[in-house]
Amino acid sequence: MNALRQTSPWVVTGKYLALAFYIAFALFPLYWLTKIAVTPDKLIFSEGTALVPSRFTLENFQTVLLQTDFLAYFRNSLIVSLGTAAITTMIAAAAGYAFSRFDFRGKRLIIALMLITQMFPLLMIIAPIYKIVATLGLLNSLTSLIIVYTAFNIPFATFLMQSFFDGIPKELEDAGMIDGCTRFEALRKIVLPLTLPGLGATLGFIFTAAWSELLFALMLINSNDAMTFPVGLLTFVSKFSVDWGQMMAAGVLALVPSCLFFIFIQRYLVQGLTSGAVKG
Amino acid sequence: MARIELNNVAKSYGSVEVLRDINLSVEDGEFIVLVGPSGCGKSTLLRMIAGLEPISGGEFLVDGGRMNEVPPRDRDMAMVFQSYALYPHMDVSRNMGFSLEIRKAQKEERSRKVADAAKTLGLTSLTERLPRALSGGQRQRVAMGRAIVRDPSAFLFDEPLSNLDAALRVEMRLEIARLHQRLSATMIYVTHDQVEALTLADRIVVLNAGDIQQVGTPLELYERPSNKFVAQFIGSPTMNILGVDRAENGVKLKDGTTLQIGSDSAHWQAHELGVRPEHLDIVTEEAAHMKGVAELVEHLGSDTNIHANVPGVGPVLVRQHGHFPLKTGDAVNIAVDLEKSHLFGFEGRRLEI
Repeated sequence: MNALRQTSPWVVTGKYLALAFYIAFALFPLYWLTKIAVTPDKLIFSEGTALVPSRFTLENFQTVLLQTDFLAYFRNSLIVSLGTAAITTMIAAAAGYAFSRFDFRGKRLIIALMLITQMFPLLMIIAPIYKIVATLGLLNSLTSLIIVYTAFNIPFATFLMQSFFDGIPKELEDAGMIDGCTRFEALRKIVLPLTLPGLGATLGFIFTAAWSELLFALMLINSNDAMTFPVGLLTFVSKFSVDWGQMMAAGVLALVPSCLFFIFIQRYLVQGLTSGAVKG
Repeated sequence: MARIELNNVAKSYGSVEVLRDINLSVEDGEFIVLVGPSGCGKSTLLRMIAGLEPISGGEFLVDGGRMNEVPPRDRDMAMVFQSYALYPHMDVSRNMGFSLEIRKAQKEERSRKVADAAKTLGLTSLTERLPRALSGGQRQRVAMGRAIVRDPSAFLFDEPLSNLDAALRVEMRLEIARLHQRLSATMIYVTHDQVEALTLADRIVVLNAGDIQQVGTPLELYERPSNKFVAQFIGSPTMNILGVDRAENGVKLKDGTTLQIGSDSAHWQAHELGVRPEHLDIVTEEAAHMKGVAELVEHLGSDTNIHANVPGVGPVLVRQHGHFPLKTGDAVNIAVDLEKSHLFGFEGRRLEI
């Protein structure tokens, strides 16, 4: 601590400058997105790269919300993302618990297979997936997206959940079972409350992944009714022009649910819930 | 209150056998300590009794009824874990009352029992804290409270004190002894610490590599160890083991000194002589069995440990009561208390002398 306190002010200033630079670098695209969304159409090109527009307007937001299909895209995305996050997390939690707590035949094989699915680019399997979904008659449906996203996200989510379960001492369940719980009761009353940060992190991760997925949504959805937000965003690009203002306004609006979701789960993301369980 | 019986109990993981032919009966209200080096299977045995590990073979009976397949929640046993295993999201009183909560006991009964246990263990002022806000000793108490509240037929302890510092360990050891006196419940206690074993146990079970080596009272184990392993495991500092050969009317040490000890049949089988450091004495030259040099002298106040080297025999540890004025490099004359020495055969078995 002493050594830290005696660091020269220049080093401290340097550190903060570096941090400030990093934050500016990371947040600049977000700023630019917002800036263009509130700039009147006429000024977008005439003012060029000015950091602050000379006039502000909310017209773009109005147009996006009232005159385009944005709300439908938004609703579709919400359904797909929440559906995927919920189903994936449920399955991943069950699988992760099994991997963490039980030894069973074929465990290593299943883990190896799950790892292999993560090793090649998704681009390679677009054609077969399209074929399968078409055969099932699920093209242009949100269900197809939920199924595909769930399938792709389960392996990673499972490993994530397994590591959270691994972090909860087995003895807590032993103690619970000795105190009179069945294994399931021990899971529900002791392990589950302690896994909330893990569940929150997994939900958040999968939700974001599904929310911003473009490739499969583009392939499997053609009808305007079933478009998710990232695909819908492309409708702002027409053959002759790009409606930058509206596109950016839609982008800003699309950030809202992600932010809300993370604000909602962030208290579960705080670590240290299990401290005090064992030893000192 | 329970009488616990293990008949030929065995445990194996796949082809690896960790416990073989365990036979033990624990009387109602008895305090049994399972002791042995790490990896000897003592914790596994306790977990089998608790129902946390399936029993691979043999029979486990409580009050005459077979319990092999009974799940832990129906065995009516409480367990205190080495790591305490407190529920981190519940406060102290809920931790202690959790078993009653699961069994849907009345709220008044629950709070009364928890309050009683908290009072016994001096936890009354801490009942609303979460485990993370407690010290190691307090957590240990809560873990014990959780067991007491249930009023179980048997208590199981899995190395409950090994995470505490030395002073606290002594204090908690006394507390466990008091608890046993007060509740007179059957208790099975696992430890690798022989002091805990010797001070707490009615009877000690010494385990090594999956086998029971000996079952007996602390004094029996100290005075009549059944083999070399028990002899060296029980007692501190460790018993001296010296190689011997047969001699006329006795055995002779490797330096040729004859010791008149044991019967004729014992002489034929004798391979080693075991003598505890406290049963060796520093004497005058005429009375000595061995002559050596002090290589290291430890002054502990209450005792003096003299690590001597005897030419031809090897290192010998002598323990003298009180302060003994000796320093490194001094010549020492050592006498063996033949009455309290042991002879071991080739397989390490103790020979009757």
